[in-house]
Amino acid sequence: MFTRLQQRFRTWLFRPKIEQGTVTLTQRRIFILPTKQGLMLGFVLVLMLLGDINYNLSLGYVLTFLLAMMAVMSMLHAFRNLAHIEIRAGRADAVFCGEAAHFIFHFHNPSKLDRHQLMLRGQDGTAVVIDVPARQHAEVIYPQTSTHRGWLTTGRITLYTEFPLGLFHAWSYLHFDTPCLVYPQPLPEAALPPGDAPDGAGKRAVAGDDDFAGLRNYVAGDALPRIAWKAYAREQGLQVKQFSTQIGEELWLDFAAAPEINIEHKLARMTRWVLEAEAQGYRYGLRMPDGELPPEHGSAHRDACLKRIALFGLS
Amino acid sequence: MTKSLIFGLLLAILMVIAPHADHLPLWVNALCAALLLWRAYLAASGNSLPARWLLTLVTLGSVGGILISFHTLFGREVGVTLLLLLTALKFMELRQPRDAMVMIYLACFIIITNFFYSQSIPTALYMLATLLVVVTAWVHLNAARVPLKPRLRIAGVLLLQAIPLTLVLFVLFPRVQGPLWGLPQDAYASSGLDDKMSPGSFSRLSLSDEVAFRVTYAEAPPRRDQMYWRGPVLWDFDGRTWTPGRTSIMSPPEFSDTANEVSYSVTLEPHNKTWLFLLDMPEKISDDARLSYDFQMTRKEPVKTRLRYEASSHLTYHANLRESERQLQRALQLPPQLNPKALELAARWRAESRNDDALINTALRHFNREGFRYTLEPPMLGVHSVDEFLFGTKQGFCEHYASSFVFLMRAAHIPARVVTGYQGGEYNDTGGYYIVRQSDAHAWAEVWLDKRGWVRIDPTAAIAPARVERGLAAAVPDNAAMPFMARNPPQWLRELRLNWDAVSNRWNQWVLGYNTELQFAFLTRLGMESVNWQTMALNMAAGLGLVIALFALVMLRHLFKRETDVTQAAWLKLCRKLAKAGLPRAPHEGPRDYAARIAAARPELAATLHDISERYIALRYGEHPDTVTQQAFLQRIRAVKV
Repeated sequence: MFTRLQQRFRTWLFRPKIEQGTVTLTQRRIFILPTKQGLMLGFVLVLMLLGDINYNLSLGYVLTFLLAMMAVMSMLHAFRNLAHIEIRAGRADAVFCGEAAHFIFHFHNPSKLDRHQLMLRGQDGTAVVIDVPARQHAEVIYPQTSTHRGWLTTGRITLYTEFPLGLFHAWSYLHFDTPCLVYPQPLPEAALPPGDAPDGAGKRAVAGDDDFAGLRNYVAGDALPRIAWKAYAREQGLQVKQFSTQIGEELWLDFAAAPEINIEHKLARMTRWVLEAEAQGYRYGLRMPDGELPPEHGSAHRDACLKRIALFGLS
Repeated sequence: MTKSLIFGLLLAILMVIAPHADHLPLWVNALCAALLLWRAYLAASGNSLPARWLLTLVTLGSVGGILISFHTLFGREVGVTLLLLLTALKFMELRQPRDAMVMIYLACFIIITNFFYSQSIPTALYMLATLLVVVTAWVHLNAARVPLKPRLRIAGVLLLQAIPLTLVLFVLFPRVQGPLWGLPQDAYASSGLDDKMSPGSFSRLSLSDEVAFRVTYAEAPPRRDQMYWRGPVLWDFDGRTWTPGRTSIMSPPEFSDTANEVSYSVTLEPHNKTWLFLLDMPEKISDDARLSYDFQMTRKEPVKTRLRYEASSHLTYHANLRESERQLQRALQLPPQLNPKALELAARWRAESRNDDALINTALRHFNREGFRYTLEPPMLGVHSVDEFLFGTKQGFCEHYASSFVFLMRAAHIPARVVTGYQGGEYNDTGGYYIVRQSDAHAWAEVWLDKRGWVRIDPTAAIAPARVERGLAAAVPDNAAMPFMARNPPQWLRELRLNWDAVSNRWNQWVLGYNTELQFAFLTRLGMESVNWQTMALNMAAGLGLVIALFALVMLRHLFKRETDVTQAAWLKLCRKLAKAGLPRAPHEGPRDYAARIAAARPELAATLHDISERYIALRYGEHPDTVTQQAFLQRIRAVKV
């Protein structure tokens, strides 16, 4: 009964509110409580006070009071360290399931006061430390491991600080609606389905594969054999060989054609197919049970296909 | 744990341990220093910390060492030593931030233990410096990425903010009179007069510069040769040592024909003894004390904290004209078979003298004429100490003269006893009070004469009148082993010292002596009507709340004050104006787009807004906006009529 009441009180107090735009940490959003260290100090101070009374140490009283009052003031400092910071959630690039989604938060400190040792902590325990100097911006990458496809949000993150003495825990909850798209984790490798292009050849022209068209930057999910290792050796970074598109080579990536029974596994195969088809330069279309995307080529099309796959079956 | 954090903590611990160095055994100092140095080396070199078994061994070794040095594991001194050693040892296993936190709490505790030994003004200042270092390390622990300077600033700000709050707490925190539980025997240092007197006990005291008590006279002070501060009275002599002895007689003292009353207040330094010092003969006292049959003022509890009392005395008196026979007999006891030559001398004087007065004068004349010397470094005396002194060495300090005089009197059948206490004092012009130091400790004699009662006789005055009239420094040769300041220091140094003593006296009375009574008196004087702990707690809470609110106001003020650009402010004002007219600016809209949209909706504003938006862009994003163009812009904004 009591725990339920407590739970209800907490949900009321920390009303989860999903936020958009810029959040300013006003005093109503900041909570503050002593830490375990703070309680420990309280205990030490009581011991000291007993000693002062017992031995009649006037300077002992002074020291005890000084420490106690510093602790009290540190509460105000902890609050101030957090107060009136402006936070905006930036975009988060799509990732494949299993990778860490990098949510970006923009912190702005409009005051002329340095903010030290701000901590971002999610419900899964990920923690990031931030310092925001006076009148400056700071961009923070908050990594969160993706565990399933679809939209990933940070959930409620706690922004807290125990600066300067670690005696008080001042915190505020951030709950931004900025989602990160998580694609299914592609199968390590999967042969492309036989084409059903109008020309009846079904398979892509072998020549197309040799028709080297240039290099582009590596994107997560690109097949390893397509990485231009020579370019990498020349320290040009990870690049992927691109091959020219041969007009007329159309490939349909059909949900029904994936041999797996489990939908997730089917989606994993389709993800690989999209990556493969894009890498090999096909014009490819996506046929899902809930509709299809006409054949096209290019990273925008690829992203659209992946998004369709990622969100399949999720409302 | 970063290297700099460890060095910060090392510095903090070093600073809290350092004041203890002068009263710790040498090996403890050496061990602490070695441990801290070792830790510093380990931190600098990055080597791993010593193994646990080694630390256990060192710990056991130091506990054993303490047992050997102090012969016990209990008591305050041992406790402090143990705390220091364990703190230094704890450093050797400093691995996690939690350990560092423990170090910081330990450091605060060690600062408190230092107050057992000193609570002077320099100690208080040193405490503030130490606290700054400790808090800086504390901040470091919680904000490793903040550089030293801001860290020091944050610690300093915290400390400075805590000072006024501490003041409020110090004044208003309801004081409880300690002790709450029994204290170990060594909890209070006892210095000063003992209730025993043997050759050498006073010359040892005369080397001490410490203050015994301070006196303020209500009116004119008495003559210096009347400033005899009465302490323990000694009756029994075993040939070497005088002791108070025991008696079952508890009859109250009787004074008659009293005159020349003086009133004064005494601030007595704690001496851990039950007796209080009053001028001969005590009359009244504000403290709860009792005047014994031999005119000593004693209280039940030893004086463990600085004690202030008001008292008055009569300088002229007849004391115990009717003394009981048993007491007179006690005052004639002599150790058997000792000092035969002195006994013989006394018998000869008795035979030659007409009365007691004449005999006393003969004795004093003897001291004055027979080549006796007043010295701080008297030679050692054997079994027949009085004989050896009177007929051999002839060099002594006040205890030698008092002791041998009383011996001679008793041998000549005049009841006599030794009185110890302090004589004289130094006047402090700044504070308007007298300082009586341990070096003013003195011993004199009292004889009982028919029709006159107990009469004070100071044999020292017969040899060295200057001792009584001008103090010890005037009475001993310049090369005597006396504290430098007790001799004749240059005038400026003397003044400096007296000024400092006046400040210390204030500090002692108002800061260190701030107890339940003083708190009551002070708060009543401040105008608090009923001083009880409820009102004090209420006032304290109100005071603290007020000061904290003030700090909060100052600290958080600039958070709410956003510095906006004048140009932008004017532009935003215009936007709001237009929004009221039904043309709000969309968040994504730049000035140019906005102006264009408004131009479409309200053609009559087109020209004005186009002009304004272009000016705005130039001012906000242009290279060198100057005040003239800004003024023009502001003027145009004001001119807009929607």
